[in-house]
Amino acid sequence: MTPPASAAATTADTIHVPAPTRERPPASVYGPWAWLRANLFSSWWSTAFTLVFGYLLIRWALGFFNWAVINAIWSVPGTGQQVDTSACRALEGAGACWAVIGEKYRFILFGLYPYDEQWRPAICIALFIGLYIVSAMRRFWRKELGLIWLGTLTVIGILMWGGVFGMEYVPQEKWGGLAITLILATFGLAFAFPLAVLVALGRRSTKMPAVKMLCVLYVELIRGVPLISLLFMASVMFPLFLPEGMNIDKLLRAQIAIILFAGAYLAEVVRGGLQALPKGQYEAADALGLSYWQRTGFIILPQALTLVIPPLVNTFIGFFKDTSLVLIIGIFDLLTAGKTAIVEPAWQGFGVEVYVFVALIYFMFCFAMSKYSQNLETELNRHRRR
Amino acid sequence: MQMPAANPEAAIILDKVNKWYGAMHVLRDVSLTVGTGERMVVCGPSGSGKSTMIRCINRLEEHQEGRIVVDGTELTGDLRSLDKIRSEVGMVFQSFNLFPHLTILENCTLAPIWVRKMPKADAEELAMSYLTRVKIPEQAKKYPGQLSGGQQQRVAIARALCMKPKIMLFDEPTSALDPEMIKEVLDTMVGLAESGMTMVVVTHEMGFARQVADRVVFMDRGEIVEVGAPTEMFENPKTDRFKLFLSQILRGH
Repeated sequence: MTPPASAAATTADTIHVPAPTRERPPASVYGPWAWLRANLFSSWWSTAFTLVFGYLLIRWALGFFNWAVINAIWSVPGTGQQVDTSACRALEGAGACWAVIGEKYRFILFGLYPYDEQWRPAICIALFIGLYIVSAMRRFWRKELGLIWLGTLTVIGILMWGGVFGMEYVPQEKWGGLAITLILATFGLAFAFPLAVLVALGRRSTKMPAVKMLCVLYVELIRGVPLISLLFMASVMFPLFLPEGMNIDKLLRAQIAIILFAGAYLAEVVRGGLQALPKGQYEAADALGLSYWQRTGFIILPQALTLVIPPLVNTFIGFFKDTSLVLIIGIFDLLTAGKTAIVEPAWQGFGVEVYVFVALIYFMFCFAMSKYSQNLETELNRHRRR
Repeated sequence: MQMPAANPEAAIILDKVNKWYGAMHVLRDVSLTVGTGERMVVCGPSGSGKSTMIRCINRLEEHQEGRIVVDGTELTGDLRSLDKIRSEVGMVFQSFNLFPHLTILENCTLAPIWVRKMPKADAEELAMSYLTRVKIPEQAKKYPGQLSGGQQQRVAIARALCMKPKIMLFDEPTSALDPEMIKEVLDTMVGLAESGMTMVVVTHEMGFARQVADRVVFMDRGEIVEVGAPTEMFENPKTDRFKLFLSQILRGH
């Protein structure tokens, strides 16, 4: 009965459907012109500002475009020691010499790692990025994720060191570039974050004053000194306390310094989230008979950590870039590799190009973190929406 | 006429309980016995210690002197006896205290699954049966923030019942609600009282006290001033303090 009736209705209606004339508000309150008028030309002051600022913006953009694309030189004759960079020098800064990136990008990404073995750090970088992507997807948020991390980090260790499966052994002193930056940042934050959660919980403990004291002491001591001095201590002072003949890898010492430092900062961020939770949440969990760890794991941390995603990611991004401070103890991270790439006489003076390249790499990672955290925040706050 | 509970088995015994917040003496020699299956309403002006007393029963607050025995287990510093008591005593709060990041169903199944070690499917079935009993089974997949205050408080009651407690404590369950929602929560509590649950209810709802309470306790300035059957107490208040309180309460309504 229904299908014929509705079919008849459709055919009959098609004739009488009125044109959707008033579907949208008129162009004076809606659409690009209205937007322009409301946001850029609403008063003489606003119009003047728009014009001046627009002029400066376009001039700068054109200048940059000229430098980066129109006048740029993309390759120069010769390679290695015989490279001829006179064409670039003749530009006198009017155009970018991207040839330096083409020539040095492998040094910037992999440092002093043996040239023929550089596929190994390249795979490591790909593994790190894969690891980030997998960890970012909520459907992988299961117990197995821990195993995936453990497995991937082990594979990365084997690839970097080598010495097995017919791979040449590469000592840590030869590692460098982006691989080092990712190692320091990933291991650093992966260990610092759980440490920070424990310290934050310990600092709020009322039943164990000794633990609380220890946590306060740790946070205040570590936070009270610059990261650089901590790195110096790790690289120069720490070996003095070790017994004769015992030596811990320099990278590992720097890594521990970074973990301890990031841990102290993150602990305070997490503590902020713990304090923001109403007391009633603790009481309700207690009244239901949940144990301390059940209460913490199911009720307190999920809410507290969601609350502090913005400052947490802020700290993450900060520490991703702070790993570049290891340059002062002679570790070849991404920035140091970039700096060293232009020491060679032929390439001296092309720092801007190299730094733009390095900055772009840093920006991609940091921007990805920032964007992801915004999505995560919206998703995790779904329950607050009505 | 309801008899004051003559059950010899006491669900809760408070014996000369004293508590201080710093120098402030908030519970003074509070002695009270609640029989199994008894419904007790505790009233009194704000700051009289009634909430503190009820929160001492499951040790959300610690008492400093005296004895508290719940379901045959004495409350001491011992964690195991505390866990036992907390899993037998359900509590409903003035501000609901639902877990906002969990769905209604998850709110109800969390403790049965992790404290009672109940299989998930059983816990969900149990939760749905209690959500049906408080008349909101259709909200199970929503989050607490999407529900009205009255609905949230009924979920809180269901959540506590899912632990199959022997005793239920209510700490001013209707004080944070809009007037039109008070009735739906009180009706749920009346239903619970009729099922024979041991209940201690801190409330100013004298109509509720009259309807379901076996005994009413009036507290003021940290001590129990009067105890008795509701009709008798409301018609012949013995102390001036209770008379004053009643007149203030009744004027307010």
